[in-house]
Amino acid sequence: MYELLLSTAIALAVVLAFITVAAMFFVYAERKVAGWIQHRVGPNRTGGFAGWAQSIADSIKLLLKEDLILRGADRRLFQLAPAVVMASAFALFVVLPFGPGLIVADVDLGVFLILAIASVTTIGVIMAGWGSYNKWSVYGAMREAAQVASYEIPLGLSLMPPILYFGTFSLKAATEAQTGSFGMGWYLFSDAFWIAIPSFLLFFVAALAENKRAPFDLPEAESELVAGFHTEYSGIRFSFFFLEEYAAMFVFSAVGAALWLGGWNFPGIHLLEPGSTLLLVLATASFVLKAFFLVFIMMWVRWTVPRLRIDQVMTLGYKYLTPLSMAMALIAAGWEYVKHLGAQA
Amino acid sequence: MTGAELSFAVFTALALGGALVALFETSVVRSAFAMFGTFLGVAGLYLTLGADFLAMTQVLIYAGGIMVLYLFGLMLTKPSPHERNLRRIGLAAALAGALAILLLVQLFTGEHAGMPAPENLPAPEPTAEAIGLAFLRADSWLFAFEFASVLLLATLVGAVYIARRRPEPRAEELS
Repeated sequence: MYELLLSTAIALAVVLAFITVAAMFFVYAERKVAGWIQHRVGPNRTGGFAGWAQSIADSIKLLLKEDLILRGADRRLFQLAPAVVMASAFALFVVLPFGPGLIVADVDLGVFLILAIASVTTIGVIMAGWGSYNKWSVYGAMREAAQVASYEIPLGLSLMPPILYFGTFSLKAATEAQTGSFGMGWYLFSDAFWIAIPSFLLFFVAALAENKRAPFDLPEAESELVAGFHTEYSGIRFSFFFLEEYAAMFVFSAVGAALWLGGWNFPGIHLLEPGSTLLLVLATASFVLKAFFLVFIMMWVRWTVPRLRIDQVMTLGYKYLTPLSMAMALIAAGWEYVKHLGAQA
Repeated sequence: MTGAELSFAVFTALALGGALVALFETSVVRSAFAMFGTFLGVAGLYLTLGADFLAMTQVLIYAGGIMVLYLFGLMLTKPSPHERNLRRIGLAAALAGALAILLLVQLFTGEHAGMPAPENLPAPEPTAEAIGLAFLRADSWLFAFEFASVLLLATLVGAVYIARRRPEPRAEELS
């Protein structure tokens, strides 16, 4: 019992440390990437070399800021909302396979769990918008509710092709199935690559919308809604929403990496002795780098594409992505059936 | 106290606490958020019983999907802090309560009474594959299941058609 609690506590502490450090790095990277894309320098003073300490300084500032709650606000909901959002982002990390044997809990239904918990984040955002006693916040919350409820369908269905291909919901089992002969049996290079490429693009767009990243950042559109659902938040509670956004970006990038880009596999993994430390380090680095690359693309998209209008967001979700992802799931199932028939003949 | 007992206690407290708050809270939106806690607690209880697929479906459909729809509907209606009047639904509440008691009595004394205690349960194993295979069996209820979903879809389309505001006829079309 106590050993169980202790090991759980250690695993959670490691995850928490990873989320915090990765989020600080992503905030710095986002400002630098934005700078490059807009022909600016980005943060370049704090800490000397290239402004590397900017995020650390920002975090200390956020921790020390006054925690304000409006007089008319629903205090309990206002205080609970960042906790719900943060806890759900935290729970997402539990099923990510960082490396061989490096996973907090190898849940059989890993992908399903991620979809389920990601939908809980929405409740936290709505709670924040409602509890704030501010019409901009409520508008932001309503947009979040409408947007996420509609993009959950294409997101879930776009995950079907790899799930059907590997025949498992577990991210670890899917990664292990992609080792191949040269560490390159990735789903993107498999016999079903012609399904894998469009389904990956679909997944990526739906994940952008689910994470309310630009061009789908309607719930916090600053030119229309001040800051949307987190207008009234300050200090550490605000930073929880910030942390959640970057944590969720990483999680969805990691799911994309694990299902389409071979997870921790890299070319030449077969040369290393299984279970060796070198293999563990390189495999983990390969997984994290793939996920970071997808996060970078998310940033790239944010600073390149203009924000959609809310009706355009809904049209794209319901009239284009949902039917497309349904067709994709059907085609993938058909292809698996054809292969099954071929194997029998 | 074992891990199973601890998680049972936590999830039961969450489910019952959420249900009580949802009952006695006067603000409808707050009640809805309390129900979110109940949904999560029930999902946790499913998990302690080894029904992992059911637990995650509960979170995905109820805590994530239906809750969002509830909240969406509640926020679109006119807000007022103390809008619930329990006296007007007295008869309905009494009926529902009687039904619930009947169900509970049936559960504890009926032919399916005597569920195994948690420690006698078989070790939890993944259920997703078993559920999928059961659906594909020849004597499964797959057809009825799919038929019900088609019926629901038709209902949805009908509701949208009825609720949709038809565009006003334009002046040139009238003349």
